[in-house]
Amino acid sequence: MDKNLMSGNEAIAQGAWEAGVAVGVGYPGTPSTETLEALVRKDDVYCEWSPNEKVAFEVGLGAAIAGARSLVTMKHVGVNVAADPFMAAASTGVNAGLVLLAADDPSCYSSQNEQDSRFYAAFGRIPCLDVADSQDCYEMTRAAFELSERFDTPVMLHETMRIAHTRTLVATSGAREAVAPRDYTDDIPKYVMMPANAVKRRLVVDERQAELEAYAETCPFNKVERRSEKIGVICAGAVYQHVREALPDASTFKLGLAWPLPARALADFAASVDACYVVEEASDYFSSRVRALGIELAEPPAAPLPVAGELKPELIRAAFGIAQPAHLAPATDLPPRPPAFCPGCPHRLVFCELRRLKAIVTGDIGCYTLGAVAPYGACHTVIDMGASLSMAHGMELAGATERTGRPVVGVIGDSTFAHSGITSMLGTIYNGGTGTLCILDNRTTAMTGTQGNPVNGVTLTDSSHKIGPLDNPTGKALDLLALCRAMGVEDVVEVDAQDLQAVRSALKAATSATDRLSVIVFKAPCRLIDRSRGKQPTIRDCRACGQCIKIGCPALGRAKDGTAAIDPTQCIGCDQCVQSCPFGCITKE
Amino acid sequence: MADTEKNGAVVDGTKTILLVGVGGQGTILAGKLLATVAAEAGLDVKVSEIHGMSQRGGSVSTVIRLGEHVSTMVCDDGCADVVVAFEAVEALRAQHYLAADGRMFVNDEQITPVSVNIGTFSMPERVDERLREMGAHLLDAGVIARGLGSPRSTNVVLVGALSTALPFDAELWREAVRSCVPAATVDANLAAFDAGRDAALRGAAR
Repeated sequence: MDKNLMSGNEAIAQGAWEAGVAVGVGYPGTPSTETLEALVRKDDVYCEWSPNEKVAFEVGLGAAIAGARSLVTMKHVGVNVAADPFMAAASTGVNAGLVLLAADDPSCYSSQNEQDSRFYAAFGRIPCLDVADSQDCYEMTRAAFELSERFDTPVMLHETMRIAHTRTLVATSGAREAVAPRDYTDDIPKYVMMPANAVKRRLVVDERQAELEAYAETCPFNKVERRSEKIGVICAGAVYQHVREALPDASTFKLGLAWPLPARALADFAASVDACYVVEEASDYFSSRVRALGIELAEPPAAPLPVAGELKPELIRAAFGIAQPAHLAPATDLPPRPPAFCPGCPHRLVFCELRRLKAIVTGDIGCYTLGAVAPYGACHTVIDMGASLSMAHGMELAGATERTGRPVVGVIGDSTFAHSGITSMLGTIYNGGTGTLCILDNRTTAMTGTQGNPVNGVTLTDSSHKIGPLDNPTGKALDLLALCRAMGVEDVVEVDAQDLQAVRSALKAATSATDRLSVIVFKAPCRLIDRSRGKQPTIRDCRACGQCIKIGCPALGRAKDGTAAIDPTQCIGCDQCVQSCPFGCITKE
Repeated sequence: MADTEKNGAVVDGTKTILLVGVGGQGTILAGKLLATVAAEAGLDVKVSEIHGMSQRGGSVSTVIRLGEHVSTMVCDDGCADVVVAFEAVEALRAQHYLAADGRMFVNDEQITPVSVNIGTFSMPERVDERLREMGAHLLDAGVIARGLGSPRSTNVVLVGALSTALPFDAELWREAVRSCVPAATVDANLAAFDAGRDAALRGAAR
């Protein structure tokens, strides 16, 4: 059997496809995004992006109840959005297999927190499979559909960023299982969660838990590897790989099934070693549960394991008092290189003007979160998808503008607006709120890799055929202006986000009008989808005032004499610096 | 221990290769090339990438680990057998990962981060000297790529340099280039690979 290098996400797509999955649905979110992008390229499976994770889960549940095996994908914080249908589906069960991929991000490489999604599986009492490499991803995804149908429950497939985005060798069969759709039959007591039915389904979940606990004891994905009798380590996922590196002689209990836990097998393992440890990252998910089973766990001899952040072998070695390899100290005099708005980014001028206005900006999730960092400092809250618009209303209710003299402006991207911003804005409109809301419509879901969304109308199928958002999407594109008007916004304008004067006057007009809600749609394509380049400007008679530098373009720096200088390898000729020079020294003539 | 695999390479224990650079420099393709070579040589291999927010011009890294059986996919301090830096400041940022007997290849170019452009931070002093003191091999990979008329193949020039530090046949690398890059750019990338390999070999002979 040939082995291929696959990321965890690609292997999940392969496993799902081989398991006969018929529907794949999700919302883009690092580190889960590539799963559906890989699945949509395969034959005989339909995939789509949903506006948000709640919708995605409901679409997947509907498909499963109607008899089609379904895969629903999201990042960990997306599970929060999907939690409502998730908890109900844990009661109803599924009919055909329903697998939820929850992709966690320890150390928050691209996230607002590092929550552990497995707590949701335990909360809903649904099986949770925990993957440790791409081979696991492939095999356990296939098994997840069988488990889902055998126990009539959604199954959570839990991965972390290191699994999702690490390519490892995978042996696959390459053959798709012929899975006929299951029959759909009406079953009101099972699928209508009104009180009388819900109380009875609760008892079904209790029975299912007992069956799952029995299954856990023999689940083939829980693997005991006996080495030293002195040290035994209970672990899962990427941490299993780190434990093998740091403690190669330790016996391991690799939990492939993270819920429910195999109580007897774990107790036997703990009894078979002198000292039994749980090693896990950014969570006490396993240690709290293993202790609750009455199993005594030892503390690492040298130091406690970190409670937060991604684990690495060196952190395990430190906890167990093992010497680290010699190495240089980290350099301490280096300039930080955080992510930044790309050259020509359509968000840049908006944040420059929000900075000039000294606005209190409630921001949102996307590339434009970078409006919070230097040189802008013009984004003051980022909480979750959609929070910008509702929090701006809350700030208004608190009298923020009256007390600070600063306008409050909510700023949200196009995909995020479709995800959760529409209902946020509706709350403000309904209750007669005022203030200024900005929708940054860069024509794509940029942060996760330029996916389509309901605003640009590009479907997941389109992107698998390399149709760009500015071409001819097959989906229905949302008309933001018409939507705002239909919702009751009278003051709504569309503004070219690349036109500095237009951005400035629109923001000034909107923030001056304190008696009504103003919505500005700042529209211009993301430079990751519009790769066109203009002529590089030239700088003449620069007065070294630094105004152009303050726009924070990666292509603009200072020469030794303090005058502005353009880096020709980074400049795309976008005109933002031309417009920002107060003396007209930067021109394209 | 003899290796009987067809394209087999004898690797003593697990090797860790760390690629560092700035988002958009092509570290991901470079990692793919190395992983393809290692897999073709019959080795176990893991490639760990960072996606998402850092790709917007931030510091990025790819870890490739290869050997008979690879466990962790991350690189600890002092564990990188080879560091390939696509930018010189990022090479310094990665210096603590370098193993005591490790090798480092650096594209001798500096990209000024926004934090320096706006005057909040300065570029570090004596970059080249510091890199040479730690035994790094500095290459003008960008200059070489531009000289070949394909500035976007700087990453493959660096892969050519990396190839001299690993026990795989050059033809295996060239085959990986052919299979991993778009058909229209195969010749340019093969030229970039050979030029990078030559530059590293010349440097080693000096």
